[in-house]
Amino acid sequence: MQRYSGFSLVKHALSHHENWQRHWRNPVPKKEYDVIIVGGGGHGLATAYYLAKQHGITNVAVIEKGWLGGGNTARNTTIVRSNYLWDESAALYEHSMKLWEGLSQDLNYNVMFSQRGVLNLGHTLQDMRDIQRRVHANRLNGIDGEVVTPEQIKEIEPALDTSERARYPILGASWQPRGGVARHDAVAWGFARGADARGVDLLQQTEVTGFKIVDGKVVGVHTNRGDIGARTVGCVTAGNSGVLAKMAGFQLPVESHPLQALVSEPLKPILNTVTMSNHVHGYISQSDKGDLVIGAGIDGYLGYGQRGSFSVVEHTLQAIIEMFPMFSRVRMNRQWGGIVDTTPDACPIISKTPVQGLFFNCGWGTGGFKATPGSGNVFAWTLAHGQAHPIAAAFSIDRFRTGALIDEHGAAGVAH
Amino acid sequence: MFHIYCPYCAEYREEEEFHPKGQAHIARPADPTASSDDAWGDYLFFRDNPRGVHHELWVHAVGCRKFFNITRDTRSYAILETYRMGEQPGVTAETATLAERDIERRTSDTATIQGVPS
Repeated sequence: MQRYSGFSLVKHALSHHENWQRHWRNPVPKKEYDVIIVGGGGHGLATAYYLAKQHGITNVAVIEKGWLGGGNTARNTTIVRSNYLWDESAALYEHSMKLWEGLSQDLNYNVMFSQRGVLNLGHTLQDMRDIQRRVHANRLNGIDGEVVTPEQIKEIEPALDTSERARYPILGASWQPRGGVARHDAVAWGFARGADARGVDLLQQTEVTGFKIVDGKVVGVHTNRGDIGARTVGCVTAGNSGVLAKMAGFQLPVESHPLQALVSEPLKPILNTVTMSNHVHGYISQSDKGDLVIGAGIDGYLGYGQRGSFSVVEHTLQAIIEMFPMFSRVRMNRQWGGIVDTTPDACPIISKTPVQGLFFNCGWGTGGFKATPGSGNVFAWTLAHGQAHPIAAAFSIDRFRTGALIDEHGAAGVAH
Repeated sequence: MFHIYCPYCAEYREEEEFHPKGQAHIARPADPTASSDDAWGDYLFFRDNPRGVHHELWVHAVGCRKFFNITRDTRSYAILETYRMGEQPGVTAETATLAERDIERRTSDTATIQGVPS
């Protein structure tokens, strides 16, 4: 792998930048691998990267039906934070946050991780009680956070309407300074490049059409490019997880919904931080290009169409205007949808399944991007050891039968 | 945006008037206290989540406030039928034809609407 540095930039300038290597190979599938990962999004690629790097398992294929990072990895609003209420999810997302903090160096790839801070606004007395409870829980778990007043919010984000004139006046917020945003595509590409350099085969345009299961144990997958054998298979397929589970003969407690986002025309720098509001339901940040990046809520119905209802866009922009009246004349440029796999307790599933050797990492719902490195890290450990990583153990599929749910609904600011 | 036919109001109304309420035809275990953890967990949480024809419960929330069922394709979003509570679906995954599911037309619509994937 060609390393990137200031020196290499100067060196390649001398040859007019014509000799940079490709990021990854486009290999022909082998007959058999030790581990197959289904799904070449951020989480799947991160899993492959950590399998190769930390567990020395390099005979690995990532199978992707489209192109790398072309699903929800390319469609989210890139928010990274770890201020979750419950111990189990706080441990998982904070594990991820710590990996984010060294990720560009680790991957030798600039993921443009910007810790510009995340505000979760409170508009009602109950919001403020929940925020205080969550911030205290975060601090007990060693996660940074504080409760800030409207005056402090005004200093952090002057563009916000913190006056008492608002329809839903801002009473305060939780503030996580270590939160922020990252460049979503770079995360997928960085993990892909790192995995490929360690020998992982990244098979694009390869669609899994079924599993080969013998005596209750997975021995490979059927694809549109022929059968590929494997001792262990990990599925990281977000919105399509339910479809893959059905191929393997069982159900998951997930439902797939469209989730939309939109961006405005590029503006000069106006937003300092990421602002989220659960009560009026919208969240917003500004990209380095200048667009306002705005996230909406899910459509309530099931859907695989990667598009959502217009009414959701309308409600979201109402919320944004409530928070930032000065944006009322900003024009929106593009809008799109991704398919998120939501679980009943708004927490992911990182788990064994009824089929031996087949593991699922899914159910990240509306907030998977922030967990990309942590999810890949604990799932790689799980695949390498054949049992759940200590942090992942609580996220077993069994919790939907034992009742040990981790209820993060609404507990983490806005559910994205 | 859906245009939904409410089988009670006998009229097409806009999606904004309705709320989706998840998978239809889920039978509650006859004797909950005798139900095993597995059976109860399945009833509460595990769903079909099909990529294709889906029978689902909706409520006409700001209309007649009655619950009813919709059969819909989750890829094209085409609504195949709406029917009252207690009735059985007339269209299923096995009987729906490609034309009914409206996949081709809707797919080309999508291409126009979405443009270049982002």
